Amino acid sequence: MSIEVRHISKTFGTFEALRDVSLTVASGELVALLGPSGSGKTTLLRVIAGLEQPDPGSGQILFHEADVARCNPGDRRVGFVFQHYALFRHMTVFENIAFGLRVRPKKLRPMAGVIRDRVNHLLKMVQLDFMADRYPNQLSGGQRQRVALARALAMEPKVLLLDEPFGALDARVRQELRQWLRRLHDEIHVTSVFVTHDQDEALELADRVLVMNDGRIEQIGTPDDVFHNPRTEFVVNFLGQVNRFHGRVRDGKVHFATLTWESPEHASAPETAAHVFVRPHDLDVELTRNGHPAFPATVHHIHSAGPNVRLELIAESGERLWAELPQERYRALALSAGSQVFVSPREVKVFPRVAEEAAGEIAELAG
Amino acid sequence: MPMSVTVSNLPAAVSSAAGHSRPVGATTEPRWVRAVLIGVAVAFLGLFLLVPLLAVFVQAFEKGAPAFFRALWDPDSRSAVGLTLLTAAVTVPLSTIFGLVAAWAIGKFHFRGKNVLLTLIDLPFSVSPVIAGLIFVLIFSGTHGWLGPSLEHWGIKIIFAVPGIIIVTMFVTAPFVARELIPLMQAQGTEEEEAARVLGASGWQTFWRVTLPNVKWALLYGIILCNARAMGEFGAVSVVSGHIRGRTNTMPLHVECLYNGSGADSGPAAAFAVASLLAVLAMLTLVLKSYLEWKTARQLARAGDCPDSRPNESGTVALETTGRRDATEEKSP
Repeated sequence: MSIEVRHISKTFGTFEALRDVSLTVASGELVALLGPSGSGKTTLLRVIAGLEQPDPGSGQILFHEADVARCNPGDRRVGFVFQHYALFRHMTVFENIAFGLRVRPKKLRPMAGVIRDRVNHLLKMVQLDFMADRYPNQLSGGQRQRVALARALAMEPKVLLLDEPFGALDARVRQELRQWLRRLHDEIHVTSVFVTHDQDEALELADRVLVMNDGRIEQIGTPDDVFHNPRTEFVVNFLGQVNRFHGRVRDGKVHFATLTWESPEHASAPETAAHVFVRPHDLDVELTRNGHPAFPATVHHIHSAGPNVRLELIAESGERLWAELPQERYRALALSAGSQVFVSPREVKVFPRVAEEAAGEIAELAG
Repeated sequence: MPMSVTVSNLPAAVSSAAGHSRPVGATTEPRWVRAVLIGVAVAFLGLFLLVPLLAVFVQAFEKGAPAFFRALWDPDSRSAVGLTLLTAAVTVPLSTIFGLVAAWAIGKFHFRGKNVLLTLIDLPFSVSPVIAGLIFVLIFSGTHGWLGPSLEHWGIKIIFAVPGIIIVTMFVTAPFVARELIPLMQAQGTEEEEAARVLGASGWQTFWRVTLPNVKWALLYGIILCNARAMGEFGAVSVVSGHIRGRTNTMPLHVECLYNGSGADSGPAAAFAVASLLAVLAMLTLVLKSYLEWKTARQLARAGDCPDSRPNESGTVALETTGRRDATEEKSP
């Protein structure tokens, strides 16, 4: 079933949690809401679930083209997995999962045997069938998470919403559960939306990623798209580590860190200041100039543990930057702290700062 | 409580790790200091709590068992017991409902004036019971109260009658249940209720199946305390009851009447016979209270533990509650 959110706003007192947000989730899709804390991603999820009411008169929420804005959360048939699981602490695992079926009105409630079979089936699916009689406080974090998921799936939801599903787990369990959730989604194909502040999680798991900041959607796209073609500075900054340079755009060229970079897409733009972003793995390090545009720098520190070697460099201008090299390349260069190197970008992202430059100049004059 | 165990064990482990050959306890005071401290505490408890309790029973049976039972079976005594039971039977359920409603509102919702409401709930604890009684005399008295004359006109008598006793007892016992439930409900938060709603439970179903079971032990604990106070209240009831023997005397008032009285069936022995009933009630309450305290402590520990598994948080909650509970006990009779 598809979800459509149209022009939804939500304010808490004077805090604008969502500002005119619209999005569409296709049936069977797995979408990640990615953003820093306070960006409104959890609020958006809760509005979709019906746990928060959007501001009056601020748009619609449609499930499969039907407006559900007036529906109670219980009538929306959404499965919701809470960040801290919210398992019923006085009920066994079995009773937790059966809850959604047991509270149905008599006419719609399945027979006791049917409930038992369904719960047992779900317990097997989340690999916890031997835990049916335990209480939530006797389970590990990962097990609680899976019980929460089984409980949400018991009512055969049309939409599955997960709030920071792996937020409270340690790194290894996270990794395992992530892959398990992806496989589960491929099996049951329920339309799913999950909230995360972890870009790796979003990029690895989701069909599409929605990057949020300050109550607004910055970009929606496939993981590949948002990572390689970020549309705003925020998205570049948020998705992984990045080096930022202050530069200038002039006649289709960008000048930054003593080098000039061809930037044909800004050919017609007026001369202006710009932020130039280069990812650490897009910086090549050479011992001599080799014809590519490059600027000199000094190796300050080397982190060689890991699949790639990370170099902390200091440019002539005093700016610190990170470069990432494969291990073989690092060994071939025979670098050590203090080495003089030439750094040449392979790919850069340029964001002209027309409006802000004007504002900055006014501020400088005033100051 | 698990927290206190950890705290007291820690220094021992640290000091032995630091190279002390002799096993050292959590405190390093010499043996005689400990003996003196424990001795003082035991002597104090014995002198001020155990001896009076024994005295009650010794005095009660001073004139023999037949006199003891005669004093209890006296019509005025039976009437006092009946009135006390009636008062408790009316006020305890009402206080329980009020406590649940107030705790629900404070623990689960955000609204303006929440702190004012919290302070108001504590009011009966901070007001002297005699003043509480007088307040209601001022409101309901037939001769000079605000509402008294008009109520009298309709033939409703509140002061020097049973309704007055019930109303002041309500006032005095109102905070007990609410005070027990509020910290627990606040610690538990609203996530489980939200989960129930998303799973399709109605408001009632959420209350009966999720909220109530989660606070069950604290609720019972509050009810026990509330009941003990309702049966034992003297000051406030004394002001509004008028001490009419056989009609508006509750057990505590009747004890006083018997003690001060000069009739053939009065005197210390009769007074202590009735008082022994109250003493038995107090001991029963203590036993139940300890059991429920143990249960709630476990539940509070779980309240912090289950949803987000941050152990230090559950510890803090449990400690805070113990501190507050002690404060409550000082004020209760």
